[in-house]
Amino acid sequence: MSSLSILILAPLLLFAFITTLVGIWRLRWAYVAAIIGMVLALIAASAGIFRVLSEGKLRYFLGGWPPPFGIEYVLDHLSAFMALIIVFIGLIAVVYPPEAGLYQTPRKGIPLYGLLLLLFAGLVGVVITGDLFNLFVFLEIYSLASYALITLGGDRAVVASFRYLILGTIAGSFYLLGVGFIYFSTGTLNMADAAQRLVPLYGSPAVMAAVALIVIGMCIKMALFPLHVWLPDAHSYASPMVAAVLAGIQIEVAAYVVVRMMLTIFQPQYFIDVLPVTTVIGWMAAVGIIFGSVMAIAQRDFKRMLAYSTVAQVAYIGLGIGLANPLGLIGGLLHILNHAFMKSCLFLVAGGIRYKTGLHEIPRFAGLGRKMPLMMAGFTVAALSMVGIPPTGGFFSKWYLVLGSIDANNWVFVGVILASSLLTAVYFFRMIEKLYAVPSSGDAAVEQATEPSPRILVPILVLAVGIIILGLINAFIVTQILMPVVALLP
Amino acid sequence: METYYSLKPLLAVLVSLLATVLIVIPNQRPNVRESWTIMAALAKFAIVLSMLPSVLQGNYPAITLFNISPGISLALKVDSLGIIFGLSASLLWILTSFFSIGYVRGVPEHKQTRYFASFAVCLSATMGIAFAANLLTLVIFYEILTIATYPLVIHKETPEAIFGGRKYLVYLLTGGVFLLFALALTYQLSGTVDFRPGGILPAQIGMNSVIMLFILFLLSFGVKSAVMPLHSWLPTAMVAPTPVSALLHAVAVVKAGVFGFARAIGFVIGPALLHQSGAAGILAGFTAATILIASLIAIRQDNLKMRLAYSTVGHLSYIVLGMTMLSPGAWVGALLHIVNHAVMKITLFFCAGAIYVRTHREKVSELNGIGRQMPITMGAFTLASMGLAGIPPINGFISKWYLVQGSFDGGHLAIAVVFLLSGLLNAGYLLSITVRAFFAPSDRFTKFGEASALMVVPLALTALFSLLLGLFPDRFPYFYQLASQVATSVLGGGGL
Amino acid sequence: MAEMFLSRYVYLMVIILLSIGLWGMLGKHNLLKKLIGMNIFQTAIFLFFIEGATKLGGSVPVIDPRLGMKAAQYINPLPHVLILTGIVVSISLTGAALAFLIVIYRKYKTLDDRAIMLKMKETSE
Repeated sequence: MSSLSILILAPLLLFAFITTLVGIWRLRWAYVAAIIGMVLALIAASAGIFRVLSEGKLRYFLGGWPPPFGIEYVLDHLSAFMALIIVFIGLIAVVYPPEAGLYQTPRKGIPLYGLLLLLFAGLVGVVITGDLFNLFVFLEIYSLASYALITLGGDRAVVASFRYLILGTIAGSFYLLGVGFIYFSTGTLNMADAAQRLVPLYGSPAVMAAVALIVIGMCIKMALFPLHVWLPDAHSYASPMVAAVLAGIQIEVAAYVVVRMMLTIFQPQYFIDVLPVTTVIGWMAAVGIIFGSVMAIAQRDFKRMLAYSTVAQVAYIGLGIGLANPLGLIGGLLHILNHAFMKSCLFLVAGGIRYKTGLHEIPRFAGLGRKMPLMMAGFTVAALSMVGIPPTGGFFSKWYLVLGSIDANNWVFVGVILASSLLTAVYFFRMIEKLYAVPSSGDAAVEQATEPSPRILVPILVLAVGIIILGLINAFIVTQILMPVVALLP
Repeated sequence: METYYSLKPLLAVLVSLLATVLIVIPNQRPNVRESWTIMAALAKFAIVLSMLPSVLQGNYPAITLFNISPGISLALKVDSLGIIFGLSASLLWILTSFFSIGYVRGVPEHKQTRYFASFAVCLSATMGIAFAANLLTLVIFYEILTIATYPLVIHKETPEAIFGGRKYLVYLLTGGVFLLFALALTYQLSGTVDFRPGGILPAQIGMNSVIMLFILFLLSFGVKSAVMPLHSWLPTAMVAPTPVSALLHAVAVVKAGVFGFARAIGFVIGPALLHQSGAAGILAGFTAATILIASLIAIRQDNLKMRLAYSTVGHLSYIVLGMTMLSPGAWVGALLHIVNHAVMKITLFFCAGAIYVRTHREKVSELNGIGRQMPITMGAFTLASMGLAGIPPINGFISKWYLVQGSFDGGHLAIAVVFLLSGLLNAGYLLSITVRAFFAPSDRFTKFGEASALMVVPLALTALFSLLLGLFPDRFPYFYQLASQVATSVLGGGGL
Repeated sequence: MAEMFLSRYVYLMVIILLSIGLWGMLGKHNLLKKLIGMNIFQTAIFLFFIEGATKLGGSVPVIDPRLGMKAAQYINPLPHVLILTGIVVSISLTGAALAFLIVIYRKYKTLDDRAIMLKMKETSE
């Protein structure tokens, strides 16, 4: 029994407390405390992935109670992978200065960083827990933290957050109801135990209803078309750092839940053949990819464009799930990693632009490329990755998805993936043109713009370099981490 | 045919990437910056040249970098086909760099650092394409080339330039998307993406798959090769500064397209399967039409660079058409034409650039009498034009000879007629410029003279090179031998 | 048939409450009514869990020496524990949502979401 899984979670929870208390006392130190907490969690997560690669699954029984009576936390390839992404992006987000990222410097008594750490704690909790109800608890923890954090974006953000609250609660409640069905059918809440007990029950309507409820709930949280309606407002009105975290890691955690259901709790065949879960998700995702990309093209506001782009990008992950073959799922899971880096980088750039120039509409960005060369270089790398230009990471997730679609003889999916690359190119190159090619229109905000401070630049550039590195080492990630995950698929 | 481990292919790719960093740093000292470009170009050519002796003997330098996808590595291998492309591109970059310096200082152009830095990255990508050992490596560098050339196309930042850039991206990225599909399909059909002479597809593959794969390659490489109707980006891209048009759109980008066809036909699908499927005829039809239509359009162009652009469109299809004929003679002609056309066309673009810098004239109708004031420039122009029309003893005649021979050998009389007819049209639209330049009366240009030496020397050298390649095709750098080696390994000496 | 429904009337109530809740959340335009709908929805789920825990003739889950150690004599306490957690979650969500509503009302002077949408489009950040 290894306590490594809980060691990722513990610093986040602990420092959520510490940060809040410290913040009441000395404001500046709250920021430092938050960073310390994230670094500790990052160390644990990195250790986690190394241990899992060498030893296999790591389990921890909370309170010493053995399953199926107690709650257990499990680090396997998939959860260690997700935990590392969450904590790493979380660290980058926390380091990013609040003036740009949260639209305000934290005021005394307002636990901004405490909330952030709770958000990360919830996300990590969802991916490492081995108990169905425990997952619900962490799900609600991170959801509640995110509703609160979104409201930092201003008055319209509060409305968007309320709408998200209502829809997110429906999602969480569906999940809870589904768990209830599973519990009453099998008598256990432990994932591994339930997996065994469910096998003879696959035909029962209660179990089928459970799957349907859980999947629908998670699709709402994942913003899979047509259940995506809460996302554009929530992400475009939220402040940049919050949006980066939401789009970069929060949505993907919902996709993780679906994958976990499919691979661990149920057998993949159930999701593929008995209930047409993967088929429905796959086709909804295909529509979502095109829908999100087309809507993104129509946007003037930069963050809104990124929000619709998120709808499309997360649909890639859904497509990977929908293909339900090894290469397709690898593409989807790799895209979780790549999208986390790309989308956070883009939102942090939006924050930098807004902070330095007050601008948020793309047509007014003319000529910014010359004024802020380094930050825009970071933007360009992320944009090229979104379009899918090698050797950035984005190319490789599309590569595996195309391979998976060909394997499944699904030529429509191939067409959707390829067409969406071109659509993505339209809305990103339009902005690249504005930044570099169009002479500045004399807009005062642009004329006075200068390169943002290193505190803003460094997170962006770290992510941009990371995108390129992820592309180059993608074979290592795929063979070592993702292949064991998809080994269960036919 | 042996492969041995060598760092040189990697160095050839990386030397200009390193230079890019060095070019960006001394932003305010142009001479330092330019010297980095020149040194990188010289170094690159030297490295590539050093690999020539072993390649000629059939020992290919290769290096496998690392796995970029499970089962596929990022790998470089210099074989006869690759070194043909690599040598011509790197040699011409040296001359283009000198010419560029003269041009951007003569105009003068803005944003020179971005210009030289992008050029360096483009040449890295070109070397990557030339020396790619498998299709995935080629695709990676192919896409990098598209992106790296964009800043050069939009360089002038005028509305026309921006529009040209957009069109450029639309065409090239769409082609790239089809290429990704072709790559994935190849991998799924054959389990590998390595280049092997004669092809890598399994022998018992269905003809439908072959045809589908071939059409995908056609749609992707056909864009960069400017096969009609996918050619439209090339004339529009003439909005770029002339050295860009010269090197990239006569040598690097477009030759990457035809090079891709060579790899696809010879090393992926394979001549045997292609012949069996009958799909080569589709491509032959499009390229033959392209040659004639492009030549006819060229005659009607008054803008000099536009005329040269359409001429390029036509000549690229010479190369592709030659390759579709699947006979050794035609392949030798096609591969020689990769080099020959590059040298001749770059001469013409250099002349156009020199004329523009000196006189700011862009239209053919304004060039009356210019030959009397810029005799070296127009002399070179004439020499290159004669080559493109296929007049001996310029190198263009050699490649055309083999192409026509190859068509007769294969019984494709119609294609032979196309080549010969095109030669006449070439003479029409190019030599008419010569006549106008030397013999038309005008004293508009009495106060000009030759452009600066930085521009005139390179164009004289490329013209001279055309002549030498025509007189001694099997001497250094042995392009004829290299082309024959490729033809033999791909087609097995017998041809189809 | 009727007997089947009558013996499971609690689940019928659950379904009715779920539907009312969903209708409130999605169909009503007043934000406060949406919130109330959310509460009803969540309460329905709690009801479901509690009903699932009940056993015919079962006693309170405190071990009574007169009844013995057999689990069948006592109702299942685990779902009750789950619901306690769920209620806490529900309260927190409702609290946060009410706080949001206060801010929204202060800014937009209305709680009708159509009116708010219109006002949101007019103003810009």
